[in-house]
Amino acid sequence: MAEAGLGLRARALLTALALALASGCATTNGDPRDPLEGFNRSMYSFNDAFDEAIGRPVATAYKTVIPEPVRGWVRNFFGNIDDVFIGVNNMLQGKILDGWTDWVRFAFNTTIGIVGINDVASDMGLEKHNEDFGQTFGRWGARDGAYLVWPFIGPSTVRDTAGGFLDWYFDPVGRHEPSGVRTFARLLRATGKRADLLDASRILEEAALDKYVFQRDAHLQRRRGLIFDGNPPRERSSHVREEPRADATPENAEAPARVQLPIADRVFEEPAAQAVPTQREGVEHESRTPADHAAVLAAGRSEP
Amino acid sequence: MIPAGSVIAAGAAIAALGFCAAVRAQEATPPDILVKNVMLEVADIIRNDKDIQSGDRKKVIALIETKVVPHFNFASMTASAVGNSWGKANPQQKARLTDEFRTLMVRTYASAIAIAAYKDQKLDFRPLRAKPTDTDVTVNVRVLQSGAAPVRIDYDMEKTARGWKVWDVRVADISLTANYRTEFANIVRDSGIDGLIKALEAKNKSGGRPATAATAEKKR
Repeated sequence: MAEAGLGLRARALLTALALALASGCATTNGDPRDPLEGFNRSMYSFNDAFDEAIGRPVATAYKTVIPEPVRGWVRNFFGNIDDVFIGVNNMLQGKILDGWTDWVRFAFNTTIGIVGINDVASDMGLEKHNEDFGQTFGRWGARDGAYLVWPFIGPSTVRDTAGGFLDWYFDPVGRHEPSGVRTFARLLRATGKRADLLDASRILEEAALDKYVFQRDAHLQRRRGLIFDGNPPRERSSHVREEPRADATPENAEAPARVQLPIADRVFEEPAAQAVPTQREGVEHESRTPADHAAVLAAGRSEP
Repeated sequence: MIPAGSVIAAGAAIAALGFCAAVRAQEATPPDILVKNVMLEVADIIRNDKDIQSGDRKKVIALIETKVVPHFNFASMTASAVGNSWGKANPQQKARLTDEFRTLMVRTYASAIAIAAYKDQKLDFRPLRAKPTDTDVTVNVRVLQSGAAPVRIDYDMEKTARGWKVWDVRVADISLTANYRTEFANIVRDSGIDGLIKALEAKNKSGGRPATAATAEKKR
């Protein structure tokens, strides 16, 4: 079924690329992290069209046809190969114990785990890590550089592009002979990765107002977190204290009427007057702008 | 690397929210215990509910409304997402922004929960590092899964008169509020606070369909 529409899809894809290149340079929001936003948006549109035409249908077919245990083996097999250079990168970053763990994982999974298709090391408590050369450069002090979106590869930065080149160069899969097997392995790996992201990409679509900006900011935050292994130096806190609203209290949440409302409508009407006294208590408690807050509630309640 | 990384992270970030649920929150419940109880309770409900597993959206929404929502302070959350412009909004605008943002969050978690229902994951609750006097803490949970590095979920929580409330969630280091900040700032710059309210309304009315590339391009 997927093959039948492929010719049509390829044509749609070319059109999308042409359109993207023609229109891309118009849009820019002047974000200092993204000086090439026009180009990046073109590439983003292209990738999106490619994904819609080929990536998602192939991944969906893969997920439908191949049962989960087998997909898990594929995931683990390529993940096991990755562990070798994840270890190298941990060593380069001075995380000797982590790097050692990665190599022990590789040893166990390759042997007991049968060429890596079973992640027995995780069951033994040897956790998998996430490292690459881009993260190593970041750890060494390299800044992100400009945000970049590459065709087929997706979001990156100047630093991670350099790192990605090394990842690609040392990739054991890329050195495999003969080339037929190599190409098959690469396609299988890419398909498996895309299939694992089908759900996540759907959530992204639901959450974002401007998918390009949402994905860019998520990518940059994620990379920053990875470089510092989950403990990035805290930026200025964005915490603004506002009083919790009445509709967020457990007592009110129990009211069944609100819960039953159809999703299409507002699922959270302000509860009736009984909420008022509770809210007054809240106002007394360290509110920055009590008068203002009462007005907020009033406004919320008077809405149709 | 690859396009995957960021998509997964964004998706996971939102998915994680879905896990947070409710225990009858006595004011005294410490934040880490609260998160643990709620996450385990929601996971348990999902595991035993065939309707939710087969994608009954109404039921998922009801679950979120009763178990998760009570522990979020959407006013603080919206304030953080809107960023600098929050101070310029009047009380009515703040209320409407909070309403719309809340709807967007609930709807998005609903999708996330439906997905999480199929996943077999172990939760690792990290010890809380905070002083008893702290009113602003981060509760850290890790999702362990075979064949992949653990995913961190950080709940930023504040102490209020109504108990501990979540005001930001970071999944795989992606802060949900921070991730909306640039988007929201762009819209406010172009069409003001009311423009942002309209954009959120339109987004919510569209039933969660993404703003298309065309809508995004129109911005400038």
